[in-house]
Amino acid sequence: MKTFVYIDHFKGEIQPASWEAIGLGKTFGTVSAVVFGSGVDAVAKAAFEYGADEVFVADDPALEDFRAETYASTLSALASSQSPDLILFPITARTRELAAMSAVDLNTGVLTDIFALEAADGTLVATRPIYEGKVLEKAVCSAKPVMASIRPRFFPKPPRDESRSGTPIRVEVRGDVLTKVEGYSASESAVNLGDAPVIVSGGRGVSNNPSLVPPAGMDEKQAEIWRAQQGFALLGELAAVLGGAVGASRAAVDGGYIPYSHQVGQTGKVVTPDLYIACGISGAIQHLVGMRNSKVVVAINKDSDAPIFTQARYGVVGDLFQIVPALTAEFKKRLGK
Amino acid sequence: MKIIACIKQVPDSEAKVRAEGGQVTWGDAPLVINPFDEYAVEGALQQKEAHGGTVTALCIGPESAREALKHALAMGADEAVLVSDPALNEIDSLGAARVLAAAIQKIGGADMVVFGRQTLDNGSGLTTAQVARVLGLPLLGLAGQIKVQDGSVTIERVVEEGRVTLSAKMPVVLSVVQSIGEPRYPSFMGIRKASKANIPVWSLADLGIEAPAAVVKRIELMNPPVNEVKIEMITGETPEEIAKALVDKIIAEKVL
Repeated sequence: MKTFVYIDHFKGEIQPASWEAIGLGKTFGTVSAVVFGSGVDAVAKAAFEYGADEVFVADDPALEDFRAETYASTLSALASSQSPDLILFPITARTRELAAMSAVDLNTGVLTDIFALEAADGTLVATRPIYEGKVLEKAVCSAKPVMASIRPRFFPKPPRDESRSGTPIRVEVRGDVLTKVEGYSASESAVNLGDAPVIVSGGRGVSNNPSLVPPAGMDEKQAEIWRAQQGFALLGELAAVLGGAVGASRAAVDGGYIPYSHQVGQTGKVVTPDLYIACGISGAIQHLVGMRNSKVVVAINKDSDAPIFTQARYGVVGDLFQIVPALTAEFKKRLGK
Repeated sequence: MKIIACIKQVPDSEAKVRAEGGQVTWGDAPLVINPFDEYAVEGALQQKEAHGGTVTALCIGPESAREALKHALAMGADEAVLVSDPALNEIDSLGAARVLAAAIQKIGGADMVVFGRQTLDNGSGLTTAQVARVLGLPLLGLAGQIKVQDGSVTIERVVEEGRVTLSAKMPVVLSVVQSIGEPRYPSFMGIRKASKANIPVWSLADLGIEAPAAVVKRIELMNPPVNEVKIEMITGETPEEIAKALVDKIIAEKVL
């Protein structure tokens, strides 16, 4: 079987799940990596090192920024000429649009967010969550190529072999440019929860620290948000020591404590880190659905009846404003940081 | 400005959804407008308020999906259209996109077609981009902010790495994220108006298209394995003591 793996990157920063997709593709046969962008030699080189048998590269100033229309036309033209059986993507905001558009061009289907893919009698069967993970489905795509986007951290990452190399095959940019990228800001809200090995998450309880005195002139709501921001700063320090990311419950996002890109759960990101530390999160079903596949869950909450404790491996009934800084200090000491 | 907001009806997010006898069930939980699509209606109404025009809510679904359209009308949408046909029961996202594109054309097109980020049922999040592709219109995906000026739309696109400012000439297809602003509650007047509204129902024959064949098919449904988690409570006299005991446990799990 011939598999294409689209290597997703943002300004050269590669989504690690791209390598996991190469590993998955190799279990079925040969893998051709597909790299689009401007000045992406390093990305193509890395694709060989992670096991790609060949690498197609469209390197052009028109591809400097991701734009779904041109990227899709370029991918569709390449797929039409090479006829792969399968095209794999790491799931991101970009690849969701790219795969969707290419599927229109190629008249095929996309199996999104998959976490298992098996070949049974020559048919590829994907397992994917529906109803935000409350139910799972096995699904097939009867047209070729089958397109599938993989959840990060479900498939093994192949080892990097720096002695592997090759000569990329150049392909041309296709398609009309319909949109213009005016700028980019790596705001403090930049967060990639999907790939984070550790997530420290906060909920409504993060604002619940009456001993903090807000600056003068704030109304009640502003004071609440200010308190929550001090709380999330503590969570951020713990996450930094553990090399992780900061998450949040819907209550915290709706309260205006933190941007929605941090949201874990039914209406946010479904995450599967190795360690998930829930601080001041009561654990509404929508949140539990979003994090219950984490390897180890730690819950810190004042309320011993909070539903979050039903999903936790370790629980602490206590004040997160005391426990979290103590944890940060202890991890610093023990991890030698 | 002519705006179309595309919505879907799904089981309420509190519903206990399960696989039972090869079917998805949600007990007696109500069907509601997809929560992300409320943001789409909100975004559409904000643009109507800023620039004038009309908002038409568009939905594919069974007769019961009228209720989701009525919610959009009660929020302030001017018109609603339901596309309903027994042949649409098994469509996949590409099929849905082709049907929506045909319905948008029958409405007479729009300056702006607005979607929510994804639906809570299938959750593929593909349809917005596919409708844009079928119609040959620019896609402005994941907008946290929308600005319209001189026939162009500029959005703040929220992606994993930060915010990208993206623009295109109208007509455009957009999807919105929650930063667009909390969806307004239906007003009393809005609810009254919605209850009396005449919602046309279009079949595939009305759209002049055949039922698109589904290429993506479900072959099995499962409930996720139940997580039997046995909790261990960590206690101590001081926060430092608790922290030390907890860090011992976490390090022993070898997850760091």
